[in-house]
Amino acid sequence: MANSRIKVPESARVGEAVEIRAMVMHPMENGYNVDTQGTTIPVHIITDFVCRYDGAEVIRVKLEPGLSANPFFSFYLKATKTGAVDFEWVDQDGTVTTAGATLRVG
Amino acid sequence: MNRRDALTAIGSGATLILLPLMSFAGDQDVTDAIKSVFGGKPMRNGRVTLELPKLAETGNSVPLTLSVKSPMSAHDRVLRACIFASRNPRPLIATMTFGPHAGSASFNTNIRLSGTQDVIGIAEMSDHSLWRTQVRVFVTVGACDALQTRY
Repeated sequence: MANSRIKVPESARVGEAVEIRAMVMHPMENGYNVDTQGTTIPVHIITDFVCRYDGAEVIRVKLEPGLSANPFFSFYLKATKTGAVDFEWVDQDGTVTTAGATLRVG
Repeated sequence: MNRRDALTAIGSGATLILLPLMSFAGDQDVTDAIKSVFGGKPMRNGRVTLELPKLAETGNSVPLTLSVKSPMSAHDRVLRACIFASRNPRPLIATMTFGPHAGSASFNTNIRLSGTQDVIGIAEMSDHSLWRTQVRVFVTVGACDALQTRY
C-alpha cells in the first residue's frame, strides 16, 4: 500500500543514542476535507506505529487525525548490539506497512 | 441606566451572538481529553520541553519537538508522553510510549493545528508523576479551513 522511507545509521558505538527517522506516505484524512463533488472525505488514518530493535520496542505511537499527512517521526534508539531495526505502520483498515534496516554496533 | 451599564450590555450581547460561531473545541474539551487519558491526576510544570515555531503559516504541517528531561535508565524513565492542542476539534494529537530501547525521551513530528492556540505536552514518568508544558502558536491558515486547492 504505502510507500515508506526510513533512515537508520549504518553503524553505532555501544550505548550510543542514534537518531532514527521514519516516514510513510499516507493522506491521513482528518474528516474535514471535501472532494470536488462537495462531499466530505471520511477519516482515513494510520493508527499505530511501532519501532522494534533487539527484541524490544523502541517507541510506539498512537496516531490521531491531528498528525500531518505523510506522518514523519524522528526519535532516538540506544544501540546495544548488531541487529535489525524493524518498523511497522498499521492502518485503520488493518493494512500493515513494514520496513527494516540493520544497525551495526561495535 | 448609565453609560457603563449600557456598554456592558452591548458587550455581553456581542458575546452571545459570537458564541455559536465558535464551533471548534474550546478549552473545556482539552481539559476533558486530558482527564480521559490521565484521569485527573495532579500535574506539575516543568521537565517537558515543546519546541514549535512561534508563527506557523499553515496549520497543515507544524514541526514539533517534544523532549523530556530524564536519564531513561531502567528505573527512572518516561513511560509515555501525549500532545494536546487546546482548540483542535480533536484535542489529542498523539500518544508516544517509550520502550526499553529508547535512547532518550525526545521525539519529533509534524502536527495539524486548526488555528492560533496552545499546544500542551504531558509526560508520565515511571514513578507515575505527571509533568506538563504549554506553548502558544500563532497559525495564519488553519488545517481545518476548507481550501479549494490542496497543496
